[in-house]
Amino acid sequence: MPKPVTKPVTKPESRKGGADERQAGMSRQQLSGPLHDVSTDAGYAAPPPRMGFFTDTSICIGCKACEVACKEWNGVPDDGLTLTGMSYDNTAALGADTWRHVAFVEQPTAPPAAAPATDLGMPGFGPPDPQGGLEADAGVRWLMSSDVCKHCTHAACLDVCPTGALFRTEFGTVVVQPDVCNGCGYCVPACPYGVIDQRKEDGRVFKCTLCYDRLSVGEEPACAKACPTDSIQFGELDELRERAERRVEDLHSRGVDVARLYGQDPEDGVGGDGAFFLLLDEPEVYGLPPDPVVTTRDLPDIWRHVGKAAIGLLGVGAATFLGRRR
Amino acid sequence: MKEQRLVPDPDFSSYYGRSILKAPVWKQPDVPLYLYLGGLAGASAVLAEGAAASNRPALQRVARVSAAGGAALGTVALIHDLGRPERFLNMLRVFKPTSPLSVGSWILTPFAAFSSAALASDVTGLAPRIGRLAGVGAAALGPALATYTAALICNTAVPAWHEGYREMPFLFAGSGAAAAAGIAMIATPVDEAAPARRLALMGTAVEVAAGEQMQRRLGMVAEPYQQGRPGRFLNAAKALSVAAAAGTLLGGRSRAVSALAGLAYTGASVLTRFAVFQAGLASAKDPKYTVVPQRERVDRTLSR
Repeated sequence: MPKPVTKPVTKPESRKGGADERQAGMSRQQLSGPLHDVSTDAGYAAPPPRMGFFTDTSICIGCKACEVACKEWNGVPDDGLTLTGMSYDNTAALGADTWRHVAFVEQPTAPPAAAPATDLGMPGFGPPDPQGGLEADAGVRWLMSSDVCKHCTHAACLDVCPTGALFRTEFGTVVVQPDVCNGCGYCVPACPYGVIDQRKEDGRVFKCTLCYDRLSVGEEPACAKACPTDSIQFGELDELRERAERRVEDLHSRGVDVARLYGQDPEDGVGGDGAFFLLLDEPEVYGLPPDPVVTTRDLPDIWRHVGKAAIGLLGVGAATFLGRRR
Repeated sequence: MKEQRLVPDPDFSSYYGRSILKAPVWKQPDVPLYLYLGGLAGASAVLAEGAAASNRPALQRVARVSAAGGAALGTVALIHDLGRPERFLNMLRVFKPTSPLSVGSWILTPFAAFSSAALASDVTGLAPRIGRLAGVGAAALGPALATYTAALICNTAVPAWHEGYREMPFLFAGSGAAAAAGIAMIATPVDEAAPARRLALMGTAVEVAAGEQMQRRLGMVAEPYQQGRPGRFLNAAKALSVAAAAGTLLGGRSRAVSALAGLAYTGASVLTRFAVFQAGLASAKDPKYTVVPQRERVDRTLSR
């Protein structure tokens, strides 16, 4: 499958002091539901097409080139080496210093009791049994998936950011401006996917920018560039969604009924993801929420309840001065 | 290396039992204390204006100190919690109704100015009219200051907070009223404290009732409120509330009983805020509270 080549796009006329202020009002901004043109909704006059990732986990080989390329290109600091015991995954999770994370899931495909327990795997002499590797692997399904920020259509992190540090780019992606972020941390528990996090020693929050700098000069993001199997595909979101539908149909026709798309549906709780996935099991198996909903969908109702409680407090407070003086 | 749970709960799937959400990075005691102080300050401003209007100078003074002091300490707690405290003014570079923290900054800033101006005028006797006007301004913003913090924590993906958004504002309003009235009962002569006693009773009743209603409605997501330290804190808060209410009803005219009851009211409010905060953290850290309700929702939709 050829990598999509994007035409260089001209720099937006007003990036700073523009997008975040324009997004400040709730008037035009929709809080949930399908929204085709996120950039126009955010205030861009003539934005380029919305760009995104389609991560096809069925062809991920777990090489972690995406993790390395991301760290290298974006100068993301080292976050320690721990042995997690979670298969080949010693990265553990997305975070302030991990913007791509390859998950490894080992699943037994046959009941363990059915396997004859004879070979204890003791070291011996001579070359290994040429069939041994295959035999040993039989009965295990290995799922690998490169996770990333979803660049939601309705991004809770962006909605709740009180400083305007998080903003919507002309490509429809969601990016933190590190020179504005004051480390309030509100975006961290707001994200329904647990993506954005605070860098403890720095105080500010960090996450995937979908390589905003590379997109601005017509390059594809570092992870997609480095992916040797095209598991990570970058391109115009509309085109990626069509491509993903075809891929699922193809897999289903070849008997892989477990293939399903995750995050591609504009009707879902976040209005669809800018970075979506083809998975081979339920999302929670990969550490993804099965039905995420942007918290701000309920915010008008939350404010209504707050308003009632505030008026109630004022009323009760006033009423306590009625009645007997002592 | 920290010990990690590698065997997931058998009732639901997860990725090695790891949390899906990132737990809030908000620090303790800063943020739960701010929840308490915001409620204390906001409700105190209402109490202060009532006292001023009904000519209760001692109650007015105490409530004005609580309002201004709570706002000042709360601001310090909030700024201390920032990852980049020197950039706290960035909070005021935009106004975003989608961000309760932004809205709250725009409530807290004028509230702190109004309540401290009202206190300064009350203490010095200077510019009494402007002082009263500032006091009215603080009393108008006070209920918003005491309740917006419910929107702040509920407008997150944290299950125990978000799912409780219908009751949380009332819980916070009641808790703030009980805290403010409790402090007023400690420091005001009983002759002037009748409104504080009534407000404390009402506040603590709403606080307990809203909490109970929330836990009934949340089902399994209420577990973090019932288990571990948050559960113990809430039980202690309830016991303090009952004792305080009994003390108020039976011995409210005694200075000593009144002060003890006031201490119990405000102590219950502190415990409740820490319990709510910690229950939220617990619900974010356990993938069960994210996966199980969402999985049920998906299965319901699919079966339709």
